[in-house]
Amino acid sequence: MPSYIIKRILTMIPTLIVISILVFIIIQLPPGDYLESHIAELESQGETVDPQQIAFLREEYGLDKPMWEQYIVWISGFVQGDLGFSFEYNLPVSEVVGDRMWLTILVSFFTILVTWLIAFPIGMYSATHPYSWGDYGLTFLGFLGLAIPNFLLALVLLYLANQYFGTSIGGLMDSEFIDQPWSWDKFVSVLEHLWIPVLVIGTSGTAGMIRRLRANLLDELRKPYVVTARAKGMGEFRLLTKYPLRLSLNFFIADIGSLLPSVISGAEVVAVVLSLPTTGPILLAALQSQDMYLAGSFLMFLAILTVVGVLVSDIALAMLDPRIRLHGGIEK
Amino acid sequence: MNKHWVSDKPFNPYVSEEITAEQEKFFLASQWTLIWWKFKKHKVAMFSMFFLVAIYFVAAFAEFFAPYALESRNTQKIYSPPQQVHFFADGSLTRPYVTGWDYKLNLQQLLREYKEDPSKRYPVQFFCQGDEYKLWGMINASTHLMCVDSPGTLYILGTDRLGHDMLSRIIYGARISLTIGLIGILLSFTLGLTLGGLAGFYGGWIDHAVQRTTEVIRSFPELPLWMALSALLPLTWSPLWIFFGITLILAMMDWTGLARAVRAKILSLREEDYTSAALLMGATPARVIRKHMMPSFFSHLIASASLSIPAMILGETALSFLGLGLRPPITSWGVLLNEAQNINNVAVYPWLMLPVVPVIIVILAFNFMGDGLRDAADPYHH
Repeated sequence: MPSYIIKRILTMIPTLIVISILVFIIIQLPPGDYLESHIAELESQGETVDPQQIAFLREEYGLDKPMWEQYIVWISGFVQGDLGFSFEYNLPVSEVVGDRMWLTILVSFFTILVTWLIAFPIGMYSATHPYSWGDYGLTFLGFLGLAIPNFLLALVLLYLANQYFGTSIGGLMDSEFIDQPWSWDKFVSVLEHLWIPVLVIGTSGTAGMIRRLRANLLDELRKPYVVTARAKGMGEFRLLTKYPLRLSLNFFIADIGSLLPSVISGAEVVAVVLSLPTTGPILLAALQSQDMYLAGSFLMFLAILTVVGVLVSDIALAMLDPRIRLHGGIEK
Repeated sequence: MNKHWVSDKPFNPYVSEEITAEQEKFFLASQWTLIWWKFKKHKVAMFSMFFLVAIYFVAAFAEFFAPYALESRNTQKIYSPPQQVHFFADGSLTRPYVTGWDYKLNLQQLLREYKEDPSKRYPVQFFCQGDEYKLWGMINASTHLMCVDSPGTLYILGTDRLGHDMLSRIIYGARISLTIGLIGILLSFTLGLTLGGLAGFYGGWIDHAVQRTTEVIRSFPELPLWMALSALLPLTWSPLWIFFGITLILAMMDWTGLARAVRAKILSLREEDYTSAALLMGATPARVIRKHMMPSFFSHLIASASLSIPAMILGETALSFLGLGLRPPITSWGVLLNEAQNINNVAVYPWLMLPVVPVIIVILAFNFMGDGLRDAADPYHH
């Protein structure tokens, strides 16, 4: 087991390096560096720019050095926790990011949990009652969740809440807790607001998961051992829970790998619509103002989050399933 | 003692080997015919396909189907709510008509108020002359499917901030939103087929490079990367270039799934005897892949491609909604929804959200059709 984990972590490193190079290229693609456009903007507003500060920043981030050296400076800073400087906010990136990263993780975590809780019973029902009206109805509901872009669902919910309850459901906590240190009340308030984004983001992933669970379980239920067990007179419920269900549990964990990127993607846009204090709105703003260090850090963070999430799911899977431990991989 | 009954018909020892005409038709049918037969049985998928063909047809002739031209504005009718089409007059069925549409600015509440004026009636005409347009930028015409006579207005889905007819905008938007999916899938199909084919056929370092690339791309959350890349498109580009840029960005993220599927298939088919035979007879790798390998998995590819078109349409909608994708004057469903981004706007003018409806229906139709295709793709499997 330890050797599997070590091997798995080692294969993660080259992926992360390639990702970081990609992100850096994206940061560098806009013509000119941020400082130039920043100075031009300030001068057009008639303000003067402190040349010392500019020189300091240019020196600090090596903006006059060749590309690969800038990359080394950026990535070594990133590894040490110095994420660069947000020119838009005039603050170190790590201070702008702050709680947002944790809230993104929180939202993603609960979304996956809710996706499971919804998909699991529905998938089970669909697989045990294939081609029934219930199966068709639930499948259609799943498809509907897939087809409604989740930012629009968020918009519609906002509209309905606004129209019929006169309240705003945006945000992730009551307004009095914003910028307050973490306390129990704040935590409760976050939990109270959490269900809307979680439900909205969850709708798109649930459909796919139901369909895959149904297909997997159906295949399993057709196998001879199930027929044998039934022939021996085993009850239907026990028959389902004894082996087929346990096999499909495996698949639930393996599916995090494909679920996580889409959950994080969905969370970004929904966050913009619901104005959640997660990474979404700031990433959008950073991209629009080409505040590239900030945008780059967010992209890098989201990629790391995905890669680590997949790693955790792989390790959990290896713990559950000895076949993977021994052969070092699963065919999906 | 009773006698055995013996049939006096001539004895045919091959009766069990004979097949009916129906069976013969089945056995002689080509793979594509079988796929078509199986697909036909899937009622929802068939319906979805006809619906999609119809909607692409409408998009192709958007100028004709839209009641108004794309640029046509009515500054007197800004933020007009949807007008009702009446079918009954004085208690009996008549040809459909709309009433006069009076506009008053309520200065107390700063609201635009619209009221029906039942004394005026404008019958809805079909195949009538309206705004002039150039069909596909070439043919001058002014025939529209529906319109009403001049002082009357036909705003079935209301108007927007600038007094454009929403229905016309949605129909024109279909053209952009639907082609983005098609062009995007064409690009990603080509990329996936080429790279996956190379990786599967040659193996070695090419395989490694392709595998690692797909892994990296797949471990990125799609949308943030799309956002980052489309934020990089220069503001100075013309709308047409932005359109191609966005399509390319969508395709760049999408090909990995196809490439993996193609690679896995080719990897296993490479071991088949008929592949070795073809190679020994001097066929080029390109020919072997095209003639001998592709037929066995091409139908699956089409099915999975049709399932990733909706993802692209949604991607474009999300990007344009956020203001990072297409920008006016290009009209797509995402661009239209961008105006519905502000919740205060939506609360007062809820019809601005109507472009959601075609998005949802089209995505559903593509999903159902793709599902049917996937089931039909392997006609020998039961």
